[in-house]
Formats: sequence, C-alpha cells, structure tokens
Amino acid sequence: MSDLDTGEIRTVEIKYFDGTSRTTEIVDREVPYPDGKLIVSRTDPQGIITHANQAFIDMSGYTEEELIGINHYILRHPDMPAVAFKGLWDTIEQGTKWHGFVKNLRKDGAYYWVKATVIPNIRNGKLVGYTSVRRKPSRSKISESEALYKTLLAEE
Amino acid sequence: MTYNLTVSPDFAPDHISGWYFFNTWLQRQLDTGIHLELYDGFDEQRDDIQNNKFDLIYANPYDASMLVRELGFQAIARPADKSDETVIAVNAESSINTVEDLVPGSRISTTDDPDVHTMGMIMLESADLDKTNTQIKEHPSYVVVAKNLLNGDSDAGFFLKDAYDELSDLIRSKMRVLVSSQISVVHHSFLVGPDMVEHVPALQDALFTMHENDKGRGVLESMGISSWEPMDSEQTEFMIDLIDTLID
Ligand SMILES: Cc1cc2nc3c(=O)[nH]c(=O)nc-3n(C[C@H](O)[C@H](O)[C@H](O)COP(=O)(O)O)c2cc1C
Repeated sequence: MSDLDTGEIRTVEIKYFDGTSRTTEIVDREVPYPDGKLIVSRTDPQGIITHANQAFIDMSGYTEEELIGINHYILRHPDMPAVAFKGLWDTIEQGTKWHGFVKNLRKDGAYYWVKATVIPNIRNGKLVGYTSVRRKPSRSKISESEALYKTLLAEE
Repeated sequence: MTYNLTVSPDFAPDHISGWYFFNTWLQRQLDTGIHLELYDGFDEQRDDIQNNKFDLIYANPYDASMLVRELGFQAIARPADKSDETVIAVNAESSINTVEDLVPGSRISTTDDPDVHTMGMIMLESADLDKTNTQIKEHPSYVVVAKNLLNGDSDAGFFLKDAYDELSDLIRSKMRVLVSSQISVVHHSFLVGPDMVEHVPALQDALFTMHENDKGRGVLESMGISSWEPMDSEQTEFMIDLIDTLID
C-alpha cells in the first residue's frame, strides 16, 4: 500500500474516447499486486473483453460475467492521462508490442498498479484481438509513473 | 521410416527410464520405428531442433513457441494438471524475506531452462533487479542451484516448481521459498512435426486413452504424468501469445 494513500473518497465523471461517460466513486486506497501472479485478459480488435483469468477477476473486483463483453476502459482510472492509452493503441494497431505502467480502477473504487504488456493476436495473418499480461511493478517505477502521469494529466 | 523423438531436458532424472518406456510403447501403438534422443542441455537440443532433426517433441512452453511459429509443428497434447511454475528460494537462514529485500549486486543462481529463467527474472523486476545489476550464475541442474544456496555462494535461486518439490526433504528443509508463480496456463506440450502429420489421428487415439489401460498407466506413472489432455490450436496460440508478452 502506498504511504500517501489517504482513503479519501471522491465522486468523479470518467469520460471515454467513444463519447460515453460514467460517474463513479474513487477511493484513494491501493490494493497490492498479488505476488507470483500474472493478470491476463484478451480483447477483440475493438478492445471488448473476451477473456479474463482468475487473477484479473480477483484484482478488478468484477465477476467474469460482468467483464466478458464490455470495453476494457471499465478499468480506466481518472489519474491516467489519455495520452498514455493513445500510445498504447497507436503501438498495437501497428502490430507491435506495448509496455507500460498502468493505474487501474477496481469496481470498489480502489486502485492497483501493474506493469502491462499488450500484443496483437495474429491468426493466419489476420488480427483477431489483443492479449494483455500484467506483472508486479516495482515501487520506484510506480513513483516515477505517478509523477509523469500527473504532469501529463495537467497538460490535457 | 524411422521418426525421431526428443524431450525437453528439464524432466527429473528419475523419469529418464519413463521416457524410454514411452518410446517403446509409442512404437507399438503406431507400428513404426521411433528413435529417442535425450539431451543434457537446452542449447544443444535447440540447435538440433532447428536443423529439423525431430518429428516428435515433448517441449517446454518456450520452445513450443518456436516449434509452432517457425517450424510448423502442431501441439496435440499436454500433461493433465501439470503447469510450469517457477520458485525463487533462499537459504533458510537468509535475512531476505521478500523479493523486494534483494538488492543490486545480488548473486542469483539459475539453470539454462528458458521458461524458469524468464519467469524468475520477471519476478525480480518488482525489486528493480535485472541482468544488468545482478550476478547471474548458470548451473547444470537444480541440485547445483540448491547447493549454491546452502553453501552461501548465492543469495537466491530459480527452480522449476516440480523440480523444487522433488528435491530431498533434507535439502528443502534448508531453503525457504520467497515467491512461487501461479500462472497455470503455461505448460509443456507434445508436438508433432510436419513430416509426421499423417500419424496425428493415431497419436491422439493412443495418447488420450493411454491412462485407461494398465500398460499405458504404468508408462505414464514412470514419466510422472497422470494422463494426456487434448490441446487445440487456439489453446496453443494463446499460450504462445502469453509467452511472447514475457520476452522482450
Ligand atoms: C488487451 C487490452 C488490454 C487493456 N487493458 C487495460 C487496462 O488494464 N486498464 C485500462 O485502463 N485500459 C486498458 N486498455 C485500454 C482501454 O482499451 C482504453 O483505451 C483505456 O482504458 C482508456 O479509455 P479511453 O480509450 O476510452 O480513453 C486495454 C486495451 C487492450 C487492447
């Protein structure tokens, strides 16, 4: 858990790139990444979730039924700058691997940090979707990312 | 025609004879000649695989990726309830209690097993450790990794979880597990090469009913496998995609 967590609760409106938005409660409380696990999900080419492993279900706080078929942006945390995800999509749409540190929003409003890798899934030469695998980030990378995203967010 | 079979060198030494029994059993089932070749090290085996020496391979997940995507192999079976997990362990007396207690300069004992090494390095990332700020020592076997920890010659060691669990009680009692991976979808698989595709239906028949008769069950037991489960191409591709995300 981060030393800076206040446990403060705020209500925010999260706007997505597709013009939709939702209003939800955010709690300033970190849930630690589970040691030894990989958090895995897959999406279709549009970013709709088609598969989530047990670690994904446990960490996000949603059930498998709630996750399958919805847009991956359900995990978007308002502290994440849009430019980070633009970088992600630009990279994977070119067919290459993307790495980055992401602060994710849980169903209960708390958050968790991951080191994520996203790769395109190619079958018989055709793009059929994307796979994302997350691992435990170091505290120093989390601090660096916090500072960077704060700056980027202020510029948006 | 004689086909060639090889087995990923990461099996426990107790199971060597099991693979010879399996080879004999398989020849009877398919009514064809098969030659089994075993290796001590991964690199030498990989060179021979690249030179198209083999038609049947019981491969670790890392090699499966190369076999399917580059050499046109097809995964048809996996061992039931057996996935490849990695353990990072320390000497039981060590002051290190979590991975994050490991500091730059730490001496890390490993083997040339590509899966375990990759996963071990990934689990060190949370301590900001990588190959540039650790001393990586590669050993010929997990027993030697354990010895290095017991002697105090290394600060932490990587093990295939199955291999760790098969070390003697005495050795294990002198070590402590810092972290054990729980990935479950990364596992060994049995692959068939392009020159042997016509035998795939017969192979599937033989493998998936193997545990149903005494003879087959005996062979499986000596290999440390309970039964074979089918693997389809999407399962294989999924595993390969996942491994792809773990290598830079
Ligand atoms: C395979 C895959 C996994 C993703 N995982 C996450 C994630 O864990 N958290 C997240 O906020 N966005 C993730 N995204 C990005 C989202 O699709 C989305 O771009 C992001 O949440 C920002 O929302 P927006 O694009 O509507 O602004 C993922 C995308 C893909 C293709």
